[in-house]
Order: sequence, then structure tokens, then C-alpha cells
Amino acid sequence: MTTLVKLAARNIWRNRRRTLITAASILFAVFFSILMTSIQRGTWGHMVDSVVRYHFGYVQIHKAGFWEDRSIDNAMHPEDLAETLSDAPELRSLVPRIESFALASLGSRTKGALVIGIDPSLEDSFTSLRNRVAKGSYLANGDDGVLIAEGLAEYLDLQINDTLVLISQGYHGTNAAGKYPVKGMVHLSNPELNKQMIYMELAAAQWFYGAEGLVTTLVADLNQASAMDEFVGFARSRLDTASYEIMDYTEMLPDLIQARELDLAGGQIFLLILYLIVSFGIFGTLLMMVKERSYEFGILKAIGMRSSQINIMLWLETMALGLIGCCAGVLFALPIIHHLKRNPIRMQGNYAEAYEQFGVEPVLPASTDPQIFIMQALTIFAIISLLSLYPILKIMRLEPVKAMRN
Amino acid sequence: MHLEKFDMKNSVIEIRDLKKSYTETKVHVHALQGVDLIIEKGEFTAIVGPSGSGKTTLLNIIGGLDRPTHGNVKLNGQDIGLLSDNQLIDFRRDHIGFVFQSYNLIPVLTAKENVEFVMLLQKQTQADRDARTLELMTAVGLADRMHNRPNELSGGQQQRVAVARALAPKPAFILADEPTANLDSKSTADLLDLMATLNQEEGITFVFSTHDQRVIDRARRVITLEDGKIRSDEYRA
Repeated sequence: MTTLVKLAARNIWRNRRRTLITAASILFAVFFSILMTSIQRGTWGHMVDSVVRYHFGYVQIHKAGFWEDRSIDNAMHPEDLAETLSDAPELRSLVPRIESFALASLGSRTKGALVIGIDPSLEDSFTSLRNRVAKGSYLANGDDGVLIAEGLAEYLDLQINDTLVLISQGYHGTNAAGKYPVKGMVHLSNPELNKQMIYMELAAAQWFYGAEGLVTTLVADLNQASAMDEFVGFARSRLDTASYEIMDYTEMLPDLIQARELDLAGGQIFLLILYLIVSFGIFGTLLMMVKERSYEFGILKAIGMRSSQINIMLWLETMALGLIGCCAGVLFALPIIHHLKRNPIRMQGNYAEAYEQFGVEPVLPASTDPQIFIMQALTIFAIISLLSLYPILKIMRLEPVKAMRN
Repeated sequence: MHLEKFDMKNSVIEIRDLKKSYTETKVHVHALQGVDLIIEKGEFTAIVGPSGSGKTTLLNIIGGLDRPTHGNVKLNGQDIGLLSDNQLIDFRRDHIGFVFQSYNLIPVLTAKENVEFVMLLQKQTQADRDARTLELMTAVGLADRMHNRPNELSGGQQQRVAVARALAPKPAFILADEPTANLDSKSTADLLDLMATLNQEEGITFVFSTHDQRVIDRARRVITLEDGKIRSDEYRA
């Protein structure tokens, strides 16, 4: 075996140009497959992060019918629910919100806005809202001011400490109106949310809507996103599903999920085409190698080297080239993917608008999930392993006389 | 040909009614048409004949590199037609030494490694390999070039290494296909001297196919092939 390893190593080194061409073709295969997968996954990760984690959460609990009819009249008492679900192992906390639409006005400018009452500390620990404060300061418990999204503030030409007028319909048809000082402005990367969000301390919002002690939404802050299904199952088993709706993000955002499925399927087809192109490239170099060296293989067979031994030597050569190419591909991709994660490609024009329709910031960040690097390198390596069967079959059938005559 | 005069116990190559035909570019070729031949231990034999006479085909079949259409070949008492492909490869490795026209050394190995390569395949110990390699490289006059790669040696030197490689597994005989075709006069003379010495002093059997008159002049038996048949079989003093 040592002899075969030595021979394989020297053969790789002997024809450095061929080694370089083969390793380079593998390198680019790995690089492009990583790049493609990483951007696709990164983009979807960003969408989920932007739309789901940023605001919606992975699971929400409402009074039955709220999602269809977002009326303040579908508010509920949260205390019993919180107690029933408190022993769910996946649950970190339940983040309460009361939300409805209102007209926001300053001077002669008016715009529809989504006014959400939040528990400042719970909301911050869930959505890191405090970090998005661009001007002014974050809300505190008992605060009577509001946080307004930058896009909306810009439209209304608002400044910090200006007084915003809100008018809406409250719980069970009461009039809801109030004047609120602008305490801070938040930058929301989701363009749709950035145009319409107003945050208010929970008690102040309950007072505004005339719904003391009520909430419209409980967002489940889970230990990890992968625990979503377990938590939904748990909540549905504990709560009366006729009275409450327990929705995960796939139910809340069907358009987003449909778009993701469509995009991922397209990506898989594109990846398959890439694998095919790469396979032909690598196969070409193997074909060339077998052709070039069939005389040499004939001699080796003639002087007493078995086909199996020649095959092991060739397999070692191919695997070593595959390993070098795959590792180099990963190393080559790492800094570029890292750069694209930090500085995502920003889309322009119609593409950007299409993304904004889904409420997603029009950027294509890359994902640095190690699984992508490992899986793509392993896939290409598997393709090379499969292709290495060709030289093996050729050697098995090689007749020394014919090989040496050629 | 009358085979009765040979002592079969002493034969290393025994061929009976050997025929080989094949189709090449739609033309059916009868390369060998009933060859009977016995070569005894210690012979220094040249197989000669014009191009297309069948000498390379005969050498390939004797070397177990090709299989006959008819007839049988016994090498060192073993009917090689009964061997599977892998058994035949092992048989070649252990019993036949090859010297090719183009030397055919393994380019990535040094002269020493080329010589010990077949012994490695035979799984001989390092000590045995080292001793045998030194002995052979000394015998071919290249003990000081052990660590040179083939591309660092002249054609004559490479062919000497090829002879040493062929001798390494202590084969029953050595088949040399046009061994001097690519050598200059000096290298040819040196190589022939070397092989003649090995033949006379150590009793190693050599079978050549050749066009080279210098080789034919040194052979003690000259078999002439023509149209796939033995036309003459001449012994010299």
C-alpha cells in the first residue's frame, strides 16, 4: 500500500499542469456551488430573519379569528394563557402585544399606521428593538411617548419631542384618540414595516384602545427556531383551539413560504445543471489522463501489477486531487462568502420592488453556515468518487498488448 | 518441427501448434500458423524475420501478454492457457522478465526503485530487496546511478536498468523485444556484452525479437519466422 501511495503522490507531482487543471476545475466547482447555495440560503435566512424574527416571531397566539379580522375587538386576556403554557420547555417567554391600525397625524400630514403596544423589556429581548433606535431613546415601562419608524417619521416630517396625534377605533367601538410625544425613531430594515410602525408602551396602548388588561397577540419567544413544531404541538394540546389560534410563521406568511419553495426548487435545478457542467469538466480531465497514460498502465500490467493495484493507485490520485480541489474551493470561498455576508449585494430596480412586496429588504446576503461548505464540498467529492469509476473500468478492461501498441 | 530431440525437463518455453489470428481494419490476419517451439534453460535465442512475420505476436504470447487462438504454451511447466487474467499477471511477475524497445521504466521512480518495483509487488522484505537491487545495479554497472530518475539517464543506461528490473524477480527467462532498436552502437555493444555475460555466467535464458544484425550475430540460436511459420531454426557454436 505504501508503494501505491508513493506512486500516486509522485504521479500527481509529475504532471503538475494536469494536476493544476484538474484541481482548478474542482476548486471552481466547489466555489460556485458554495457561492450559489450560500447566497440562496443567506437570502432566505435574511427573509425569515427580517420578516419572522424581526417582528412576527415563529409562533403567535391570538383569539380565534384575529388573523382573518385584525380587529381590536378580537383582543384577549393573556394571564391564563401564559400560565397554561409556562411549562413548555421550548418557551423562553410570551411577548404581549396589542395592535391595531390608527391614523397618525402631524400638522396637515396624515398617514395610516400600525400602532402596537409592547412590553419594552420583553420586546427588546425578543426583537432587539432597542438596537434599532436611530434617534432619541427607547421606551421605558410607564412611558407615555411613542417610538416611530423612520420611514413614517420622514413622511410626517416628525422630529424628536414633536407631538403626534393618533386617532382610531377602540375596543368595542369606543373612540380612541390621543397626543403622544415622539420619544425615539427606529430604523426597520423591513421597508414595509419602516413605513407604518408606531410602538407604544403596552399599558398606554391598552388605555388608547380602551382595552385595559387585554392583548391581541402573544408572540412565543422560543429557545431555538427549530423547536417551533414542538411548541406548536404543545400549545395546541393545552389550549382550546376553538377559542384560540396558534399559528406558526408558515401559516401567517403563506406568500413568503410559497416564494421560498419556488425559489429553492429553481435553485436546486440550477445547482443540478452546475453539477452536470462540473462533472463533464472533471470527466474530461480523467478521460485525458486515462488516454495519456494507457501505455504506462499497459507496461505496469505487463510487468506484473494487477488491475486492482493500478486502480487503487489511480483512485488514490483522483481522491487526492478531489481533496485538494475541494479544500482549495472551500478556502477560496470562505473570505468571499464572509465578505458577502458583511456587505450583501443590494438589488436595484424591479428586483428590489419585488422583494419589497414581500416586506423584505432587497439585499442578497450570503450565509456562512458551515453545513453549506461541508455539504457542497462533499457533493463534489461524491461526484468525483463516482467519476473515478471510469478509469477503474478502463483499467479492468485494458489489454497490455493493445495499450502498449498505442 | 521435431520436438523429440529436446529434453522437456530442461525446457522453459514449450509451444505446440500455436495459431493466432485477428481482424485488423476489416482484414483477417493469420499472424501465427501452427508454431511448435521449445526453448531450453540457458539459451540465448533470437527470433528474427521481416515485419509482419509474426515475431512480436509470438513474443507477446510467450510473455502471456496475449492469448493464442489455438494451441498451448507451457512456461516453466505451467500451461498458461489455464490461468485466469490475475493468475497470468502474477505468473508474469514471478516468472518472466521483460525488456522493451523503449525501456519503459516507471518515470516517477528512481533507478533503484524501478529495479525493486516487481520485488515490492512480490512482497519481498526490504532487506532482500536492497541486497538484490545492489547486486543487480552493480552487475549492470550502474551502482552509482541508483538514485537517478529515468530522465536523468542515457538511453543505454535506461536499458541496463530495464535489464536489471527484468532480472530482479529471478525469472525463468527474459523476453527482450527489439532491445537495441533505440540504442547507439556503443550502448548496443555494452548491452549485448552484459546480456551475454549474464547468460554465460549465470545461465539466464534470453529470448530476443530483433532486426538488428549485431544481436543476431551474438545469438547462439536464431529462429526465423516468415508468414507466421518457422522457416528456419539454426544453432550456432
